[in-house]
Amino acid sequence: MDSILSILIFFPALAGLLGFVVDKHSAKVYGVAVAAIELLLSLWLWAKFDLSNGGMQFVEKIDIIPQFGISYNIGVDGISLFIVIMAALITLLGIILLRDDTKNMKNMIVSLLFLEMTMVGVFLALDAIVFYLFWELSLVPMLYIIGAWGGPHRVYAAIKFFLYTFAGSLIMLVGLLATAYLYHEATGNWSFSILDWYTLELTQTQQFWIFLAFFAGFAIKVPMFPFHTWLPWAHGQAPTIGSVILAAVLLKMGTYGFVRFSLPILPDASVTFIPFIMALSIIMVIYTAMVAFAQKDMKQVIAYSSVSHMGVIMLGVFAMNAEGLGGSVFLMLSHGIVSGALFMLVGVIYERRGTKLMSEFGGLAASMPVYATIFGVMLMASVGLPLTIGFVGEFLVLLGFYSVSPLGTILAGSTIIIGAVYMLVLYKRSFFGPMTNEKNRDLEDLDRRELTALIPLVMIVVWLGVYPKPILEPIDNSVKVLLTQMEKKAISTETKEAIVISKKEAK
Amino acid sequence: MLEPVNISLEALNLATLMPMLIAIGGGLIILLIDLAKDNLDKSLYVMLTILILLIDLGATAGLTYGATQKGFFDVLLMDGIAVLSQVLVLVASMLFIPLSLTSKRFHEYSYPEFFALFLFMIAGFQFMVSSDNLILIFVGLETASLSLYTLIALHNRSNSFEAAVKYFTMGALAAGFFSMGSAVLYGISGSLELGQIATAISERMNESGVMILILGGAALLLAAFAFKLSLFPFHTWAPDVYEGASAPLAGYMSVVPKVAAFVVSMRIFEMFIELQVHWVQTMVIVLAVITMTITNLMALVQEDVKRMLAYSSISHAGFVMVAIALATDKANTGVFLYYALFMFTNLGAFTMLWVSRHKDRVHHARFDHPYEKFAGMIKIMPMGAVVMALFMLSLAGVPPFSVFWGKIYLMSATVDAGYLWLAIVMGLNSAIAAYYYLKLIVYMFLREPSKDINQETVYYNVSKPLLTILGFAVIVTVASIFMVNPLIEYINTMIQATNFGI
Repeated sequence: MDSILSILIFFPALAGLLGFVVDKHSAKVYGVAVAAIELLLSLWLWAKFDLSNGGMQFVEKIDIIPQFGISYNIGVDGISLFIVIMAALITLLGIILLRDDTKNMKNMIVSLLFLEMTMVGVFLALDAIVFYLFWELSLVPMLYIIGAWGGPHRVYAAIKFFLYTFAGSLIMLVGLLATAYLYHEATGNWSFSILDWYTLELTQTQQFWIFLAFFAGFAIKVPMFPFHTWLPWAHGQAPTIGSVILAAVLLKMGTYGFVRFSLPILPDASVTFIPFIMALSIIMVIYTAMVAFAQKDMKQVIAYSSVSHMGVIMLGVFAMNAEGLGGSVFLMLSHGIVSGALFMLVGVIYERRGTKLMSEFGGLAASMPVYATIFGVMLMASVGLPLTIGFVGEFLVLLGFYSVSPLGTILAGSTIIIGAVYMLVLYKRSFFGPMTNEKNRDLEDLDRRELTALIPLVMIVVWLGVYPKPILEPIDNSVKVLLTQMEKKAISTETKEAIVISKKEAK
Repeated sequence: MLEPVNISLEALNLATLMPMLIAIGGGLIILLIDLAKDNLDKSLYVMLTILILLIDLGATAGLTYGATQKGFFDVLLMDGIAVLSQVLVLVASMLFIPLSLTSKRFHEYSYPEFFALFLFMIAGFQFMVSSDNLILIFVGLETASLSLYTLIALHNRSNSFEAAVKYFTMGALAAGFFSMGSAVLYGISGSLELGQIATAISERMNESGVMILILGGAALLLAAFAFKLSLFPFHTWAPDVYEGASAPLAGYMSVVPKVAAFVVSMRIFEMFIELQVHWVQTMVIVLAVITMTITNLMALVQEDVKRMLAYSSISHAGFVMVAIALATDKANTGVFLYYALFMFTNLGAFTMLWVSRHKDRVHHARFDHPYEKFAGMIKIMPMGAVVMALFMLSLAGVPPFSVFWGKIYLMSATVDAGYLWLAIVMGLNSAIAAYYYLKLIVYMFLREPSKDINQETVYYNVSKPLLTILGFAVIVTVASIFMVNPLIEYINTMIQATNFGI
């Protein structure tokens, strides 16, 4: 079946449309079933995927607007494959975790399924306009999820989220249009295909400006310091499922954009911008980690820590070598799993107590031992303890970035220390110590629904922490293809030197 | 003694006149029917009007067109954009006229004169777009405008009269500017035909003192069309007029007169730009940027959805005005693409207002359509809320809905012409605009409905014809991705069959 990617994209959307008909009491089961089928489809894609091939596979191309060079062009490589699987997994587990008494369950399921379509679409798109289309569409269901099921300031948070990203992506759109125009100038054809753009030679100045335009769109999505202000609001107000998907998948769109667009299309500008990105990322890593430390609200701690780790991913993307880039793609996956799980865990306690303030808790380990254990595992993975999923990516990124800037690596490495500090403090305050609040004494431990959602994540955390090879290898292959392409395309010798495809070459 | 003038019938090329004659003849037939028999239902007139428009569309589409296809004493010019804009005008009119078949009775539709005037107005627009003779453009413009003033006033309400009088006064001023500008150009060239004016200007441009005249003439014409296109600073009448007019008519006004005025602007201002009168280009860009920004900011603070949509349509016009300054084929294609897609979405949005229109203001002392009226609409009428949200997202430029393709095409044309900063300004304006469209979505989806609102009050005015038109609008809005390519192809052939600036 060669059209498996199209099925992956449009199956959830179709299911979402049909979902309007499903009775509201059966909506959750319907959602779980559809999301499970989607996950199985994505696993099937993995099974059929040629792991040794680093290039694009299952490519489909249908002209939509040939007059303007827009075509429905999708494909998958080692970089996008696992992000898509991760998106399908997180959506499924998120839906499982939904409480049965969620109000307007049907609308929630339908929005989530549409959101899933846009997420899968973004990561599979090989045409800039199709990419942009899914990118923008993803805002709409998220706006609704935050706005309809969120906290007291949900409308403000939802609109802030929408407008912030919308403004950034419109500037990105100008960049896309400019690239298409330059491609037209060079070849005489209109094309928005990224694969065509990979062959396009641009001067340094052109690359510089287009990079900035792309940066506006991607950086807000990541979100990079100082464009991160929308995220704490969105997380603070979003319902659990919203935060889970936002942190696990939507933020990855930004970093994925850098990998798919900025690096291969604008290699010289990417190298020129390394110091700039490095500075912002390191500020992001350290500053948001400190902010996380100062939070009183459990969810805000995790929100800021998620931003902090996104900084490490950014560093890896701009390390310009296979270790860093491959590591950061892996870190995108592990960040998705871990931060998704952490937001789920916070949601669990919030449902029981109606508060997320750490001061309200204490001694939870006694009343909820299973919960405390899972929380502990995820926390360790978030900090980057060896043999957990968090360690692999973080280690590779730091290793890769060391060749770019040892000082930057050391500063960024402090994330592990500060991260350990605020995470352990969170854990200590909430789970250990005397049980000061009587309300915590009779809390029920995780029930079957919550365990179903969380146990798979725990297993993945340990499995990929111990044995990451099945995932790292395909990622590595595709990353090398990407880096080779960049090096071939780079016009200045400094850029060529900065791009290191494999260790051997460096020596 | 006067010499007898001999003109062969072929040279007259009466076929070029057919579309307008059909519209005028149709209007007269409606008046005659009214004379013969009283108390006929409006549905008869509506269907007759649609049929007449359909014949008109056939006649227009069947015209032989070409860049130099002239007719009727050489005053009519049937080039690509003339035919194209007539098609747009007729399609928009066919979408508009069934909206009079509401379930509640409204004053204006009980008069057959409404429909006759409507057809005369269309004839006026058709004359206006298919000529390069300033006199005929003027005659067409005034025919159309005078009919339109009356149509607005027929909506029997005090603020409709206010709107009509305001529009009339402003229109008269614009007409004054137009005739003065034409007079100046006539003074330079001794002709009222744009082709000859262009030749004369290019010959005399370097004579001392002529440049001042050219600038003066261009400025007067620019002011005249700024009135008609509601560009800053001549836009202040527009929101009041839109508010006073009935909702469908307001939607119609945000499309058809604009298309006609854009066609004439293309003919006149792109001529100046081709002649390297840089001042005109700069002025048009400045006007476009100020128009879209100021009206966007004004739309942010509106309390009434109809006024918000009025300001937003002005902003859209400013957005499209950029294309006139660029004066490239791609930009001109963009204008028509934009309006062809915008037409369905915007008419759809105004139709949604029309569906919920009451005779009296039940929701607010001052406004017919305050935001509160739509609060919690998702709970009262989910389909209606989803449809309205689709229109709003489309207007905001969220892909893949219709207006996005117009926006991206125009922005692409701007980038191609080297105005990167202008493209970014256009992008940022779309982001500002997203706020007020979102505001309505937030009201519809995220607020609780107020107590006295139920399905009855919101679906007050609904009828099958209205739902049909809404259906068309939704289909085009959602499935536009498949229509863009044939549209661009068609518009492109039409643009190729047009001489700009000569």
